[in-house]
Amino acid sequence: MNVQIKKTDAEEGIISALKSAGANTAILDKGLPTRRVEPFHYTDLRNLLKSFPAASNSGEATTVDALIDGATISFANNAHTGGAFPAGVTGSVLGAPTPVPADVVIDANIIGDLNEALVANGVVIDIAPNKHIDEPIILAHNVSGGASSALRFAVSLGAGSSATIVEHHTSDGASNHQNTVSNLSLAKDAKVTWVIMQEHGAETTRLAQLNIHLAQNTDLTILVLNSGGKLVRQEIHMAVQGEGSNVTIKGVNLIADNMHIDVTTTLAHNAPNTNADELFRNVLTGNAKGVFQGQIRVSQIAQKTDAKMACNTLLLSDAADFSAKPELEIFADDVLCGHGATVTDIDKNHLFYLRARGISEKVARGLLVKAFVEEVFEDLDNEKLGESLNARIENWLDINA
Amino acid sequence: MIEIKNLHVKIADTDTMILNGVNLTVKAGEVAAIMGPNGSGKSTLSYVMAGKSDYEVTQGDILFNGESILEMEPDERAVAGLFLAFQYPLEIPGVPTMNFLKAALNSQRKARGQDELTTPDFIRKVKGAAQHLGIDMTMLKRPLNVGFSGGEKKRAEILQMSLLEPKFCVLDETDSGLDIDALKIVSDGVNALRTPERGFLVITHYQRLLDHIVPDSVHVLYKGRIIKSGDKSLALHLEENGYADVIKEVA
Ligand SMILES: Nc1ncnc2c1ncn2[C@@H]1O[C@H](COP(=O)(O)OP(=O)(O)OP(=O)(O)O)[C@@H](O)[C@H]1O
Ligand SMILES: [Mg+2]
Repeated sequence: MNVQIKKTDAEEGIISALKSAGANTAILDKGLPTRRVEPFHYTDLRNLLKSFPAASNSGEATTVDALIDGATISFANNAHTGGAFPAGVTGSVLGAPTPVPADVVIDANIIGDLNEALVANGVVIDIAPNKHIDEPIILAHNVSGGASSALRFAVSLGAGSSATIVEHHTSDGASNHQNTVSNLSLAKDAKVTWVIMQEHGAETTRLAQLNIHLAQNTDLTILVLNSGGKLVRQEIHMAVQGEGSNVTIKGVNLIADNMHIDVTTTLAHNAPNTNADELFRNVLTGNAKGVFQGQIRVSQIAQKTDAKMACNTLLLSDAADFSAKPELEIFADDVLCGHGATVTDIDKNHLFYLRARGISEKVARGLLVKAFVEEVFEDLDNEKLGESLNARIENWLDINA
Repeated sequence: MIEIKNLHVKIADTDTMILNGVNLTVKAGEVAAIMGPNGSGKSTLSYVMAGKSDYEVTQGDILFNGESILEMEPDERAVAGLFLAFQYPLEIPGVPTMNFLKAALNSQRKARGQDELTTPDFIRKVKGAAQHLGIDMTMLKRPLNVGFSGGEKKRAEILQMSLLEPKFCVLDETDSGLDIDALKIVSDGVNALRTPERGFLVITHYQRLLDHIVPDSVHVLYKGRIIKSGDKSLALHLEENGYADVIKEVA
């Protein structure tokens, strides 16, 4: 018997968006994923997503400062609003779906499916072999006015090339919906730093993916700072296909009252001698809810894999809640894999020590919280980038902690 | 300057009493020493003076220049001029020592209505104080006390004391963990701060510290009570004979 469940407002909204985009509505036949769908166990989209606004092909410029200087390609809702690529980069802005770079496998779930159906704009960037692009490329997307927007960024790095890419996501205070999928392909010996800087307004939803293919001897650093939004799901899916590659992921999730932020990473080691080091630090206030799911899969040929994953959380309120789900699936025998997840409160002995020196409780707490999260972005190769990320963190702590 | 009156203290949220009626007065310009067997309540007394919330005063009072401090927060006590050099200074990862020193110094200045120190003034001040105590400036760039040796931690405590210039200082076993030369350096640091306006309460197990920092009075704390007081010769007597006969006298 096929029981038809009544569609939620958000599901109705998505269906009408799919219809007006001329897309097939089949992806919503089963409705949005609920907690019974394993990867969405802690982020029950059907329950959490309250609405889905109509798309808009124009929008406001962001009022938020750039994270760092760079060549900025800007989007306001679905409209491209300006910017030029740095010298040496072949780039184009498409008013249409962008092709996926060779070898990148998109994780087929509702986030990828929605993007596939609704994508309205984006960029394609190709960096030629052996080109080193020093100027960061900033992909700035501002959503505003209670609209939905879906973009796709496709970036390919040729053999031996290097670049820094910054996704910068912002919005106003309206109920916006942002959906972005970034597809990144690294050819042999390529090196990339990819930053996801998310500082949405308090009512914006963001459902996003970053899908990455790594060939041999590649070097990937991903830096994530989530500090806004109402409901955020950031997925990062990585396939390490080449021997000798190195993956570093550092992230900070600053989750204020009533926000829900989910970072889900999957890392597949499919070649021997690869390293991965993943660290997330989270700070939650009020009724905030945070999720980290980290999967490491080591296939049988991936001998000598060295993969570490850590997720440390500081709860600044009893009502805040964090769920961490590390998952190791190891089919090779000669590997080093480890994970650790901790949830703590501010150490009251530390607090007392600082206060015994005349530092007020508020300032002392601030120092301790700051110490906890700012460690993550210390000692980056790009010092300026680390400082800017930490400045954003400090700003958030001043307001929220 | 400090009057501890009939102080009874228990561990908060329990019925376990630690201090059972401590009486002690230290006048401005004086150094009082407290000795006593392990577990007698010396550190507890120091923590209660500093305002640690693990303990609850059930009876009695602590007056600082005539006013009760029991209702004051730890930071308010520090601003008022109380300083505790911890027996076990805490390691605080992620907080560079210099940042901590600056926050402490400027918080106290601000609370007293003084201007905050500029960075160059601050660094000059720290350099001067560190040099006197044989502390290398590179150590102060590291996170607070993290990976410091036992002796380095104790020196760092005295560095904080000399920078903050408190009115009354409680030193809890500052001598333990110090090598012979460091003991001399640290004692000199303390002696340099001895003025007619400043008082000290020095907790120690060993007479040798009191050779350097000569006390005006010596008190024996036992089972949460001061069971004997005397002048500096009492410390010598304890060093020779241990606590047994002093304890026998009260038993
Ligand atoms: N927070 C606490 N919880 C439980 N017991 C405590 C606590 N604080 C102190 N005590 C107990 O109170 C007693 C006194 O401890 P305190 O640290 O004050 O002794 P002390 O005289 O400083 O000893 P030492 O010479 O070894 O430093 C000890 O038996 C100790 O175990
Ligand atoms: Mg003690």
